[in-house]
Amino acid sequence: MARNVDALYIFLLIVTGMMTLLVFSFLLFFAARFRHRPGVRAEQIEGSTALEITWSAIPFLIFMVIFAWGAVVYFKERTPPADAAEIYVVAKQWMWKLEHAEGQREINELHVPVGRDVKLIMTSQDVIHSFFIPAFRIKQDVLPGRYTVEWFRATKPGVYHLFCAEYCGTQHSGMVGDIVVMEPAQYEAWMNGASGGPLSATGEKIFAELGCSTCHRSDIQGRGPNLHGVFGKPVQLEDGRTVTADENYLRECILEPGGKRIKGFQPIMPTFQGLVTEEQVNALVAYIKSISTAKPGEAAKTSASATAPKVEEKVQAHGSQVQ
Amino acid sequence: MSMDIAIPQPVERENYLNKKYGVWSWLLTTDHKRIALLYLLSITFFFFIGGFFALLIRLELLTPAGDLVQADTYNKLFTMHGMVMVFFFLIPSIPAVLGNFLVPMMIGAKDLAFPRVNLLSWYLYVIGGVLMLHCMLTGGVDTGWTFYAPYSTNFTNTKIVEAGLAIFIAGFSSILTGLNFVVTIHRMRAPGMTWSRLPLFIWAHYATSIIQLLGTPVVAVTIVLVAAERALHLGIFDPKLGGDPLLFQHLFWFYSHPAVYIMILPSMGVVTEIIACFSRKRIFGYSFIAFSSIAIAVFGFLVWAHHMFVAGMSVYAALVFSLLSYAVAVPSAIKVFNWTATLYKGSIHYDAPMLYAFGFLGLFTIGGLTGLFLSALGINVHVTDTYFVVAHFHYIMVGGAVMGYLGGMHFWWPKISGRLYPEGWARLAALIVFIGFNLTFFPQFLLGYMGMPRRYYDYSHMPEFQVLNVLSTAGATVLGVGYLLPMVYFLWSMRYGKPAPDNPWNAAGLEWMTASPPTTFNFEEEPVVTWEAYNYEELDSPDKDAPRSQEVPVAR
Repeated sequence: MARNVDALYIFLLIVTGMMTLLVFSFLLFFAARFRHRPGVRAEQIEGSTALEITWSAIPFLIFMVIFAWGAVVYFKERTPPADAAEIYVVAKQWMWKLEHAEGQREINELHVPVGRDVKLIMTSQDVIHSFFIPAFRIKQDVLPGRYTVEWFRATKPGVYHLFCAEYCGTQHSGMVGDIVVMEPAQYEAWMNGASGGPLSATGEKIFAELGCSTCHRSDIQGRGPNLHGVFGKPVQLEDGRTVTADENYLRECILEPGGKRIKGFQPIMPTFQGLVTEEQVNALVAYIKSISTAKPGEAAKTSASATAPKVEEKVQAHGSQVQ
Repeated sequence: MSMDIAIPQPVERENYLNKKYGVWSWLLTTDHKRIALLYLLSITFFFFIGGFFALLIRLELLTPAGDLVQADTYNKLFTMHGMVMVFFFLIPSIPAVLGNFLVPMMIGAKDLAFPRVNLLSWYLYVIGGVLMLHCMLTGGVDTGWTFYAPYSTNFTNTKIVEAGLAIFIAGFSSILTGLNFVVTIHRMRAPGMTWSRLPLFIWAHYATSIIQLLGTPVVAVTIVLVAAERALHLGIFDPKLGGDPLLFQHLFWFYSHPAVYIMILPSMGVVTEIIACFSRKRIFGYSFIAFSSIAIAVFGFLVWAHHMFVAGMSVYAALVFSLLSYAVAVPSAIKVFNWTATLYKGSIHYDAPMLYAFGFLGLFTIGGLTGLFLSALGINVHVTDTYFVVAHFHYIMVGGAVMGYLGGMHFWWPKISGRLYPEGWARLAALIVFIGFNLTFFPQFLLGYMGMPRRYYDYSHMPEFQVLNVLSTAGATVLGVGYLLPMVYFLWSMRYGKPAPDNPWNAAGLEWMTASPPTTFNFEEEPVVTWEAYNYEELDSPDKDAPRSQEVPVAR
């Protein structure tokens, strides 16, 4: 990713460098050539529509190339690969709390292996923050009340800066940390020091403790929708709209259940706003995802049965890492 | 006309400065020129306050550790620096001082359309300013000048509401000035002063006024919403109550992006006048420069969300705003090319105003071209909220707007004060400002691409940034000297400067056909305009006494 951004950056440096050179050399040449000399009068020139069109159209075309290139890079930056490892990030004044899907928790430090796509699912407990890793050329604001996502694939082991880039109060400049990129073997060793079990298992526990399972049943039709297989699928709402059940939708349903109710269900679910922490919401979301059979995006394109085996494989893979 | 030039009169002629004396003759004046001077005094005061904050910020960043001030103090310093410079210096700077002074004179009018409203606008500015001073002295604000919710609405305990009120009131001052200009330019042009004969300074102010009129109410509404949210917890921006913090950013930037054009358009107008005068030429592509001002004002309203590419907007919204941002770059490019072309076959003089204009061209070009980096979505993600942005907007707002302002102050100083400033010192100051500016802000582009975030009080986690920060602080000191110099010699010239002839630059434009300094009603009789703007050919022709001086009665 950094390479894509840098390539465009270098292209821009060359293009704008040439533009600067062009403008400045004309400026300086004219400034020297047409400096005032006694007896020589300025020659009045009204303007030239042909020139105006030329120097509007050519920059515009160059701008469009930059725009298109920038947009392509941006779309890559904003589209996490479907099989990326997921890490939940909770920002608060003034620290980063990170939780791996496998259950590892970290503060102001993130360990990742080289060569693996990593997707960060981020939310804030208080104000707006921004998760910025300059070396990877990525940044995304982290907002209260919703998830935002960014992703990267580290290509070289090392320790990289992590900054909060959106001003967030007194210790904004102290909200910094390290991204530790490790060789896969080292990473496995680091991971094995883990405890607690996978995040989805924590979520399952909370799901039971809060009594969610009394309504959201998988065996028979409960008072709430069956959550198995719901993630990543389009759901029809009471007001007729259809939305995709992504992380933000699940989050919203937990905290504001009245808002986007699925068609055919009564508005009986209480809000869990203030009753669960951001970390618990993350665990619940991770759990609901784990009992679904498709990843987002794939659901719309392919049938559930076709993708099922692949996802099972992935769940197993996660399991083996934790054990 | 030539008779009147250059011979200082032993007995001072009556003019707007000596017509009446005493505090009340100033505080109750409705003369646009006196109000311009009131504004000049007050914005200069705020410029040096804002500059003092900037100096403290740069001193703190000399070392990676946070050692000069406390974290909270630092956060307040950059917040107050931004608020003071944006709302109490840059936005009023050229329009309220040079615009106030020159708009009526350039179109051949006695005054603005609403002289009392003009005075009211200054009082609103002063009330806002005093409130802002009170706010700063009793604790200040620490949100950054951007006031982002929910930090500003639900978290900080600093004086948000008071600062908001100060900006709210000063905003009305800006609206009234804009309104006054629009009506004046529409209704009070002298006979023969058609739209296509207007100086481009007027076109620039017309475009600016439209932005002030349409944009400022939105920031006023936003401030009211922030205050309401703090007082009543309505939940407009608070996600816990179903609100959306991004809504704040949309509302804020809907004004605050066009506000950048409020700062830069008038400066472009000034530079256009200077370049034409000092190359002794009609401006190249008059109508393209005129309409590009309007195009900037219109497109300027459609690009606000390019401040929000990483804020959590949809990728498709980002796409649209990126595209439109490139669209707004085209009229700016057109202007730069036309200014450059104007020099071609000119007869260029290098007096201080022209040096500032050259400085403007260089710095604005760099500022504009780095805007192309920021509008490129893929790069924006990396450099937004870093020092790259800080450098970019200082190149536009200081390198561009302030250079233009200083150039204009030098250009029209003889008209304003009736005295000549010391040319040698002025050229030196222009050079110092240019060097100091680049030394301060160029390193910040590099810092930004290396990843140094904005608004960092302490960078001990990344000491590798120190070298460039030291360079930047050194530059700021030089820049400070460059800004102090003009203030000193302008003051000096008021007493010791040579009396200025009516038209020391032999410049085109109705304002130069008045006395220096002008009388209270500018012209003795309403002038009748029979020539195009920038008629330097006529002015420089050997038999130049011909048509103009007969038709324009000049007040004496």
